[in-house]
Amino acid sequence: MATERGFTTTQMMTVAAARMLKNHAVCFVGIGLPSTAANLARLTHAPDVVLIYESGPIGAKPHVLPLSIGDGDLAETADTVVSTPEIFRYWLQGGHVDVGFLGAAQIDRFANINTTVIGDYRKPRTRLPGAGGAPEISGSAGAVLIVLKQSARAFVEKLDFITSVGHLDGGDARNRNGLPGKGPVAVVTDLCVMEPDEKTKELTVTHIHPGVAREQVEKATGWKIRFADTVRQTTPPSARELETLHDLELRTARARGQLPAHAR
Amino acid sequence: MGEQTSLRNAVERLIHDGDVLAMEGFTHLIPFAAGYEVIRQERKNLTLIRMTPDVIYDQLIGAGCARKLIFSWGGNPGVGSLHRLRDALEKDWPGPLEIEEYSHAGLSNAYVAGASNLPFAVLRGYTGSDLPKYNSRIQFVKCPFTGEELAAVPPVRPDVAVIHAQKADRKGNVLLWGILGVQKEAVMAARRSIITVEEIVNDLNAAPNACVLPSWTVSAVCCVPGGAHPSYAHSYYERDNGFYQAWDSISRTRATFQSWIKQHVMNTSDFEEFKELLKETMAETMRWPPNADSQQPR
Repeated sequence: MATERGFTTTQMMTVAAARMLKNHAVCFVGIGLPSTAANLARLTHAPDVVLIYESGPIGAKPHVLPLSIGDGDLAETADTVVSTPEIFRYWLQGGHVDVGFLGAAQIDRFANINTTVIGDYRKPRTRLPGAGGAPEISGSAGAVLIVLKQSARAFVEKLDFITSVGHLDGGDARNRNGLPGKGPVAVVTDLCVMEPDEKTKELTVTHIHPGVAREQVEKATGWKIRFADTVRQTTPPSARELETLHDLELRTARARGQLPAHAR
Repeated sequence: MGEQTSLRNAVERLIHDGDVLAMEGFTHLIPFAAGYEVIRQERKNLTLIRMTPDVIYDQLIGAGCARKLIFSWGGNPGVGSLHRLRDALEKDWPGPLEIEEYSHAGLSNAYVAGASNLPFAVLRGYTGSDLPKYNSRIQFVKCPFTGEELAAVPPVRPDVAVIHAQKADRKGNVLLWGILGVQKEAVMAARRSIITVEEIVNDLNAAPNACVLPSWTVSAVCCVPGGAHPSYAHSYYERDNGFYQAWDSISRTRATFQSWIKQHVMNTSDFEEFKELLKETMAETMRWPPNADSQQPR
């Protein structure tokens, strides 16, 4: 649904996340929003990005967005397909992944992530799917990008469960704990972009998307969110970015049979 | 010894109440037909191992076959929650379900340790995660050479592994390709194994490095075309996303789930009958038969 600006907040989020991915980067991709953003990057400014999915495809170039992490299209278009143990042992742990691209259900001020449970682990209020590949991606990838929609329910003061590590309790905690990768370098939401403070590692708003007010960002965060001294406005999506994203999503809907017959 | 037999016979002989059972397949080649047969034969108290429980374990858990689940990601891929798994964990229905939870890296390494006959697997993982607080089988060890602290997990050693593959030959050698997940490791780690296949051929025509399980490494081979539906079999049929979406509403309440299982699984005698019934009851949402609009088998 287009707004008066000609793009939605979700499109802005996807485009802003896609731009973070550099051409030639080797990227370990989570399913859903990260996969949409990574493929948008591949189809715009980063044609030589290498997309790795945890099911085994390396260098996947899917024609449509995969619904599951192991869709046939991923295997069909990959440079090679390896077993799941090999993906985690040789490729991720082996140090070949530049960027891990993750989503989250809950996140805290140091970009630690919960995808396991809301409430008590042993008596859950809401049981979420769990870890998947994320704990080791967030540990071992050179850097981590996180993309999720912003709300006070998702951006919480205290996580019910830490599934995957961000910057722990901040500062040089990652180093002290012997984590190989840099950890989260940006969190992209539908309202803004946050980056960890250089020293404290606390998430700090560095860019606000066009049309979004500071108060909106504050209201959608469960802790007192910090803003950088200079907060920039995110560059709006270009016509090419929007068109490419629209085409990708249309192709996907068509392939999944989600369009009415006359629109196919 | 790769003996060709019916799925009913294989499950009868090789899967027992109380067994540790791994039915693997990472989104691809999930052995659904075998899952239905386990439900049909009313196996109880199983410990189920699977990296991604998927709809197949949602069905087994809801049907009351499981006492424990060992896993690393439990959702309906691309759709949302596994409602039967959640009901078991949140409300103890149809009974309490013990869980032992890992990450993908941890559990896939555990399969490798099982296949390698090692007492544990070692990996760089779980640092800062709460998982080790709730799963005492995730431990940390010190590298004897560098002093680095590394995670250790126990091996997966199933009584029975069940996988689906594209082809077997008449001697029972099995060939699979595409996304391989941990299927080979599961079979190599298990005491017994059942392999369902799309077809049985005279010659596998496999390239030298292809993923082949020689006949003598598997217990039973069953020809069950379509047996991975609603997941897919690369080069044979595509994933039936419509079924995965339909499962969300079928499984949402205990009543709708139970009536689906009764009608489709308990009241059919085998997978052939199940397929015929599904064509009638779910033609709207499903892509069935799966072979209809797929590529030709290789």
